[in-house]
Amino acid sequence: MTKVSFDVNGDTHQLELDTRTTLLDALREHLHLTGTKKGCDHGQCGACTVIVDGRRINSCLTLAVMHEGDEITTIEGLGAPDHLHPMQAAFVKHDGYQCGYCTPGQICSAVAVLDEVRSGIPSHVTADLTAPVRLTNAELRERMSGNICRCGAYSNIADAIGEVAGRSA
Amino acid sequence: MRAFSYTRAQSPAEAASAAAHTDNAKFIAGGTNLLDLMKLEIETPAHLIDVNGLALDRIEETPDGGLRIGALVRNTDLAANERVRRDYAVLSRALLAGASGQLRNKATTAGNLLQRTRCPYFYDTNLPCNKRKPGSGCAAIGGASRQHAVVGVSEACIATHPSDMAVAMRALDATVETVRPDGAARTIPIAELHRLPGDSPEIETTLQPGELITAVTLPKPVGGTQAYRKVRDRASYAFALVSVAAIVQPDGTGRVALGGVAHKPWRVEAAEAELPRGAKAVTARLFADAKPTQDNAFKLPLAERTLAAVLREARG
Amino acid sequence: MRFEHPATFNPIDQLKVVGHPTSRIEGPLKTTGTAPYAYERHDVVPNQAYGYIVGAAIGKGRINAIDLAAAKDAPGVLAIVTADNAGKLGKGERNAAPLLGGPEIAHYHQAVALVVAETFEQARAAAQLLRIDYSKADGKFDLAAGVDGAIAPKPSFGGPADTAVGTFASAFAAAPVQLDARYTTPDQGHAMMEPHASIAAWDGDKLTVWTSNQMIAWGAGDLAQTLGIPKDKVRLISPYIGGGFGGKLFLRADVLLAALGARAAKRPVKVALQRPLMFNNTTHRPATIQRIRIGADRDGTITAIGHESWSGNVKDGEAETAVSQTRLLYAGANRMTAMRLAALDLPEGNAMRAPGEASGMMALEIAIDELAEKLGMDPVALRIKNDTQVDPEHPERRFSQRQFVQCLNEGAARFGWSQRNPKPGQVRDGRWLVGMGVAAAFRNNLVTKSGARVRLDQQGVVTVETDMTDIGTGSYTIIAQTAAEMMGVPLEKVVVRLGDSDFPVSCGSGGQWGGNNSTAGVYAACVKLREAIAQKLGFNSDEAEFADGLVRAGNRSVPLAQAAGQDGLVAEDAIEYGDLAKTWQQSTFGAHFVEVGVDADTAEIRVRRMLAVCAAGRILNPKAARSQVIGAMTMGVGAALMEDLVVDKRHGLFINHDLASYEVPVHADIPHQDMVFLDETDPVSSPMKAKGVAELGICGVAAAVANAVHNATGIRVRDYPITLDKLIGQLPEVG
Ligand SMILES: Cc1cc2nc3c(=O)[nH]c(=O)nc-3n(C[C@H](O)[C@H](O)[C@H](O)COP(=O)(O)OP(=O)(O)OC[C@H]3O[C@@H](n4cnc5c(N)ncnc54)[C@H](O)[C@@H]3O)c2cc1C
Ligand code: SF4
Ligand code: FES
Ligand code: FES
Repeated sequence: MTKVSFDVNGDTHQLELDTRTTLLDALREHLHLTGTKKGCDHGQCGACTVIVDGRRINSCLTLAVMHEGDEITTIEGLGAPDHLHPMQAAFVKHDGYQCGYCTPGQICSAVAVLDEVRSGIPSHVTADLTAPVRLTNAELRERMSGNICRCGAYSNIADAIGEVAGRSA
Repeated sequence: MRAFSYTRAQSPAEAASAAAHTDNAKFIAGGTNLLDLMKLEIETPAHLIDVNGLALDRIEETPDGGLRIGALVRNTDLAANERVRRDYAVLSRALLAGASGQLRNKATTAGNLLQRTRCPYFYDTNLPCNKRKPGSGCAAIGGASRQHAVVGVSEACIATHPSDMAVAMRALDATVETVRPDGAARTIPIAELHRLPGDSPEIETTLQPGELITAVTLPKPVGGTQAYRKVRDRASYAFALVSVAAIVQPDGTGRVALGGVAHKPWRVEAAEAELPRGAKAVTARLFADAKPTQDNAFKLPLAERTLAAVLREARG
Repeated sequence: MRFEHPATFNPIDQLKVVGHPTSRIEGPLKTTGTAPYAYERHDVVPNQAYGYIVGAAIGKGRINAIDLAAAKDAPGVLAIVTADNAGKLGKGERNAAPLLGGPEIAHYHQAVALVVAETFEQARAAAQLLRIDYSKADGKFDLAAGVDGAIAPKPSFGGPADTAVGTFASAFAAAPVQLDARYTTPDQGHAMMEPHASIAAWDGDKLTVWTSNQMIAWGAGDLAQTLGIPKDKVRLISPYIGGGFGGKLFLRADVLLAALGARAAKRPVKVALQRPLMFNNTTHRPATIQRIRIGADRDGTITAIGHESWSGNVKDGEAETAVSQTRLLYAGANRMTAMRLAALDLPEGNAMRAPGEASGMMALEIAIDELAEKLGMDPVALRIKNDTQVDPEHPERRFSQRQFVQCLNEGAARFGWSQRNPKPGQVRDGRWLVGMGVAAAFRNNLVTKSGARVRLDQQGVVTVETDMTDIGTGSYTIIAQTAAEMMGVPLEKVVVRLGDSDFPVSCGSGGQWGGNNSTAGVYAACVKLREAIAQKLGFNSDEAEFADGLVRAGNRSVPLAQAAGQDGLVAEDAIEYGDLAKTWQQSTFGAHFVEVGVDADTAEIRVRRMLAVCAAGRILNPKAARSQVIGAMTMGVGAALMEDLVVDKRHGLFINHDLASYEVPVHADIPHQDMVFLDETDPVSSPMKAKGVAELGICGVAAAVANAVHNATGIRVRDYPITLDKLIGQLPEVG
């Protein structure tokens, strides 16, 4: 057992954990923040995406004890049913989900993607690596590709993110 | 996952020494490969040394105009670095073609080089695999081997090295800087870092036990048109069937390294002499000793055609 | 309520709420991570322990011995369940292979043990400590090798094994234009994003399981049967389901082992299937080998059509009914279909989204494209030419609605089909060879009994309870719309509670029957509630109108809240069907249009445009229904281009058993998708006049992709998935 302390959605948590506990299981099983989903536990689906110190990661492939002092944002930290984050509202409006299981990961990813584009991080489909990055449709789809949606809501998810990006641009 | 103890390393030398002197210890960086394998008990370290606290996350210019990339620089940051984008575009491209945005935010330079194969038999602990369990046999030979290596293979193992980044680094003639358990530093040309499987596929690199990678150095820019072309079934978030890293100079000379075809990034300097004569000539040399399986023989024409496309584009 | 005559005008036809593209009512929960899925129910019962499943390490054979000693001694371990200590177990009516294996092993990764521990980490580690000694037996793992010994399966859900009309053999032989081709489809995995998961808790002899299951009553019944306890001692609760696609139609190992684990540990136990276990442990869509023969006159009239299909399964498993659509889709005087089943020892094959048609259409709709090519005819025109308004095997049965031709024409116009160059390999856009393809979409509409309970309280809130599930299909929303329409209240005044075996038994979610039948069941219950209200108020129930939160008759009008009174009013009913499904053939139709690019150098295939036009009865919620169709189109792209559970015929397993090696489409694979519903109401299907739509969307998509690849390259691939290695050797040389 090892002690670790980190911030989740603005609250500091002190935990004493089995070193084997992933950040994902710390959130879901210890803090009961079950909005973050486990789809594969092996970095292969993106359902567990959370934002740590401003960057999206797969919380299933990182140990909780490696996050001493980190600031973690989960889907619960973005908004609540009666107070939706604009990205959450856009997903509802565009039906950017079906079963809902990949959805928190998609939304956390989408929020982080817009930040990545703003800070000029290129992607696989960026045509010119030395020019400023623009959020085209192809960019958005490539950047979101680490979030699998077996229900196949991709086209609607793209519409939802596109709307938020347009608004916030 | 077996139980393990966990410490945060304070300095590279201390980390290397601790790794060598603690039973069954491993470094953990991004954790995206190691934890995947630990969950399946393919890796079973008793002790993890977290190297994330070591200040190895900087990208600095070297005196000769090259770049020194800290072992802990995240794949995202390396790909987005202005110098890399301008002068080593092939590296930026290779990184961006790998994994997903989330994984690249965690994956580190050293961890990426040292990631293990994605051979599905390696991943299933019920089945024979010489790499996972020396002497147990290779289930991929005679099995499902569409993803596997076509060249440099052995009777013991036909796995590929899955990294995209490493292929670009091979084309760039990078060198790997390490600290050994006795505190001594050394540099290893990237060509010598990864091994072919031979009869000991479980030994994948020339690193000594406990040896810590501290940085990867790129020589000064070589210019040219740089490209990384990754071919895969789905459009993203998939490993390469074949990939080509190429640096093509205006006079038609250049360098080529291939991914997805061997147990290490595949570059044959002698084959590069054929570059002005075109892809067919180059791949004929690259694959002179190829031993594909029935499942993966398509990689040979695929590699040739992919290289042809890259060369055509590079020449404008 | 018995539904025996085609529906006439009823309150649903007002379409004040039904038929509107309402956003899902549970959307705010799903988008904020507050919708609770099975494994997450920390709230329902305290003191939950963690179970971890051990899967069989061999494809066939038996366990000689299991040594539990090391695992028992491991930290935190509370109990270990194996077939040795689980007590006598039955088998669910709908399970072929036993869910807990041992000593016989029926297939790879069949569950052989559950390790229960205080924490997940402890259970996972201890699970590795079981020492299991197996005797491996030779198994049959190769479908192609099993074709010769294959037998005619018993008549099932998919109809009889063989059908014939006229004289197929001679008509085919005499046809001036003939096609005779063989197609294969691979095993495919559901790969829903939420793994099968359950929390089980015993209270004396009563068992409650919070799980993820599409068919609550089937699950509860099969769990009781497997455990050998009365069904009324079992309660299943499954309000949110992270995808199913048929993979959660049945009782699976997570449920059974959670129940057994909880009994052994004397504590609630939670179990989720680990992803690398899922592909071999659960069911999958079985591979098929199909032979299609079509004979036609030179004008395109089909004179003979024959479709044979071979698939394999474990003992007690069924055949993949890949010839179903060929019995109904095209005209043709002489016909034959046949299904054969080979005995295999691979994991159990079973329903996956549009079982039968999805695989059958993958083959049939390439065959039609090939025939069009042979005839020198446009493939849209060929399909139109062979339209039929009656069941071709039973011409006395008309289709209740069949707008197939309209779908094709509308789609062709919208997609710009006239721009297609019929000569393959002619269109180039930079590095891409570009082609267009078309295919029919076809899937039957199934009617089945479905019940619901409706409650009106003194706040005027209408609460619907049914064991219907929402697997992403939009059940919550369309049920709320139905109740709102029937009771004349706004959507906000409706509460929908689903997925609990304490609620009336519904049709459940499967076979695209959920939407129409479950809402029809709610309709029936609402009719009863309306009668109860009218009666209580002394209104003539035929005259009573329900609107704006009021019930009116003549010049009297009473707020519903007031009508409910202090105790409220409850009504329960079910929709049950007469013979309409026998006298009429009820099917849904569509047309898929796809444009692909094939990289001229590498043969990588990328979908550039997609359009589906569907006619599927009344569309209860166009937003959710469209999502169902585009989701199915996405899965169809996966089937066309990448999905393939690769069989290792020596070890007897699907070797690519995780989400990195079993590739399904990602965002970058899917372009913007267009989707259009034609206006349709089908009074024969139910009072809702709706039909299924969720599976129609996948039927034919893969063939449209395949046909587009052919149009782009001139290469005909008949073995799915169409991966670049199947093209690369035939592409023109490049410089
Ligand atoms: C689903 C999925 C898809 C992926 N797709 C791709 C892809 O398309 N292309 C691609 O290239 N990669 C891909 N990856 C792999 C990914 O790039 C690697 O997991 C990652 O680069 C590993 O880096 P890490 O820092 O997380 O390594 P870790 O997991 O932390 O470590 C990996 C290994 O390196 C050792 N190590 C780490 N740091 C050091 C050091 N400084 N010195 C010595 N030893 C060290 C560790 O002990 C361990 O053995 C994928 C991964 C996943 C899960
Ligand atoms: S190819 Fe190598 S990694 Fe794969 S099974 Fe054979 S020995 Fe193991
Ligand atoms: S659960 Fe982490 S990527 Fe799937
Ligand atoms: S909404 Fe079901 S997986 Fe995306």
